[in-house]
Amino acid sequence: MKPTPSPHPDPPRVAGRSKTQSQESKTLGQKLWDSHVVRTAPGEPDLLYVDLHLVHEVTSPQAFEGLRLAGRHVRRPDLTLATMDHNVPTRGGARAADELSRKQMDVLAENCRREGIPLHQIGSRRQGIVHVIGPELGLTQPGMLIVCGDSHTSTHGAFGALAFGIGTSEVELVLATQCLPQTRARDLAVTVEGELPLGVTAKDVVLGLIGRTGISFGQGHLVEYRGSTMRGLSMEGRMTVCNMSIEWGAKAGMVSPDDTTFAYLERRPHAPRGGAWDAAIDYWRSLATDADAVFDHEIQLDATKLEPHVTWGTNPGQVAPVTGRVPEPLTDTDVRALRYMDLRPGTALADIAIDRVFIGSCTNARLEDLRAASKVIAGKHVHPKVRAMVVPGSATVKRAAEDEGLDAIFKAAGFEWRNAGCSMCLGMNPDILAPGERCASTSNRNFEGRQGAGGRTHLMSPPMAAAAAVTGHLVDVRELL
Amino acid sequence: MEAVKRVTGRMLPLDRADVDTDQIIPKQFLKRIERTGFGPFLFYDWRQAEDFVLNRPEHDGASVMVTGANFGCGSSREHAPWAIRDAGFRAIVAPTFADIFKANCYKTGLLAVTLPESQVRHLIDLASEDPAAEVTVDLVTQEVRGDWFAYRFEIDAFVRECLLGGLDEIGLVERHQSSISAFEGRRAAFLPAVK
Repeated sequence: MKPTPSPHPDPPRVAGRSKTQSQESKTLGQKLWDSHVVRTAPGEPDLLYVDLHLVHEVTSPQAFEGLRLAGRHVRRPDLTLATMDHNVPTRGGARAADELSRKQMDVLAENCRREGIPLHQIGSRRQGIVHVIGPELGLTQPGMLIVCGDSHTSTHGAFGALAFGIGTSEVELVLATQCLPQTRARDLAVTVEGELPLGVTAKDVVLGLIGRTGISFGQGHLVEYRGSTMRGLSMEGRMTVCNMSIEWGAKAGMVSPDDTTFAYLERRPHAPRGGAWDAAIDYWRSLATDADAVFDHEIQLDATKLEPHVTWGTNPGQVAPVTGRVPEPLTDTDVRALRYMDLRPGTALADIAIDRVFIGSCTNARLEDLRAASKVIAGKHVHPKVRAMVVPGSATVKRAAEDEGLDAIFKAAGFEWRNAGCSMCLGMNPDILAPGERCASTSNRNFEGRQGAGGRTHLMSPPMAAAAAVTGHLVDVRELL
Repeated sequence: MEAVKRVTGRMLPLDRADVDTDQIIPKQFLKRIERTGFGPFLFYDWRQAEDFVLNRPEHDGASVMVTGANFGCGSSREHAPWAIRDAGFRAIVAPTFADIFKANCYKTGLLAVTLPESQVRHLIDLASEDPAAEVTVDLVTQEVRGDWFAYRFEIDAFVRECLLGGLDEIGLVERHQSSISAFEGRRAAFLPAVK
């Protein structure tokens, strides 16, 4: 019934913006925004056009029901793609799901059938986590506006797309109209410079950043990640960074498209071909932030000083280099976090023993992540007190990993090798922690109970999680390299 | 969507910052396919502690939640405001809200209003000391009022208009069919379609 509000009704602009910036100079975020405005009117939010709407089983049933009750239909089923990911069991197929989960999957299948929306359902060749399959199918492209009823939609920003999560009422609105009213967000530049040290990954870039900014600094901002470090990251690494934009509150996270982006996209199933490819490249190159464009805020991060990070608390901002110690609590939130995590201030992070290891999620379950983890464990074995699992981000990732023998490495080391899904990132399926269990996890949230009621989550990179699996405790992966 | 003009009632002081949507409605309760029935599961895990504020009888029937900064961070689940509303709340006052959560509140007709930290602190202390104290969150005058105070809040003018009028957003957007169709005619030919 209403437009998405700005969290800051009257966004302060930096002084002099209009003076120092010529009329044509724009940031990547402003270009993406402006190119999707269907309608603008004073005192109203901009009406934006959605190029791709991704749908999954958990946040869509009420939206489809709303459509049905109002006698509406999906305006653009050809711009809408559905997958099953949150609820799906990662072994045993749909039969292994609980009754309510099966019902949600059945309802999604029925809704897609009725509205003509393509669906990658459980067991199909292209099923997977919604934010993994969009890019690997080549559906996620620079310059697009992409939404999904999932906060980690920011992942797609790695391609130079404007991508953000929406609620179920907005899902219904986009299904019906392919549009979304939005109040313009501010621009924030995060410039990361320098070469990443050995053992330090894209995950450590974003965890290190959140450790510095806190978990709400990004509110109301379109974030552009820039600088030599970001340029040097693969698409997988850029997706990891953009994925966790929401963990510091950002509206969206983006990286300007470049040759790395184009090389990733070329020949993907839905990428443009022939003359259309050339036209697309010309357009994509024009999206980069103009040299004299001005951001509302800027943050710098020196990548050369980063170390592998692990979280110690119950939000992603409660994070430290693995060489550090559990800190003295500074706030009530810290005190509660330490109590929940059963940790004492001063304990060396590397002394914390773990019970479980989870390598998976839309943050870190792409082929490159599995390769990086497999290098750490090759020829080693999972610690006898640890149960470890790998959950590829998609059926496609799983096949590719098997083609190069990664599954054999993981299985030989004692890991469980599962089918694609969100799995233990959010524990809406059979993969959950038992109360009190402590997990080294490559996912994105360490909230209380996130991976199972009473479970304790430490977030880290895939190599760090692999190292923890082998040693049975949090450990600096650089000791194993 | 029913119109919302003002909410008057007692407060629930939830004195915590960075409350995430996983706490508001844990994931095991996201499997319903309806928009209702989530209220009993609001803060399910925290309610296992007997002294959790939502369990205290003196706060039974409160309709205004007053809480810390960055409320509703994390997941985009609209189930969070559905659960809060289903449990009888009609307004939430906090220093800041996470973006998606705040948007979802307005879709649900839940008044999410921001006040400076010091004023929220006063409300939390007031509710803790005098659970019977009532406040009015007034969207018409844009203020949170008590017996002897009135705090002005800012809210996006268009959001306010939609809430006051109980407007159907899909209907509003559908009025712009011709603009939408014209935009579709201008879209680049290289943009992908899923089929």
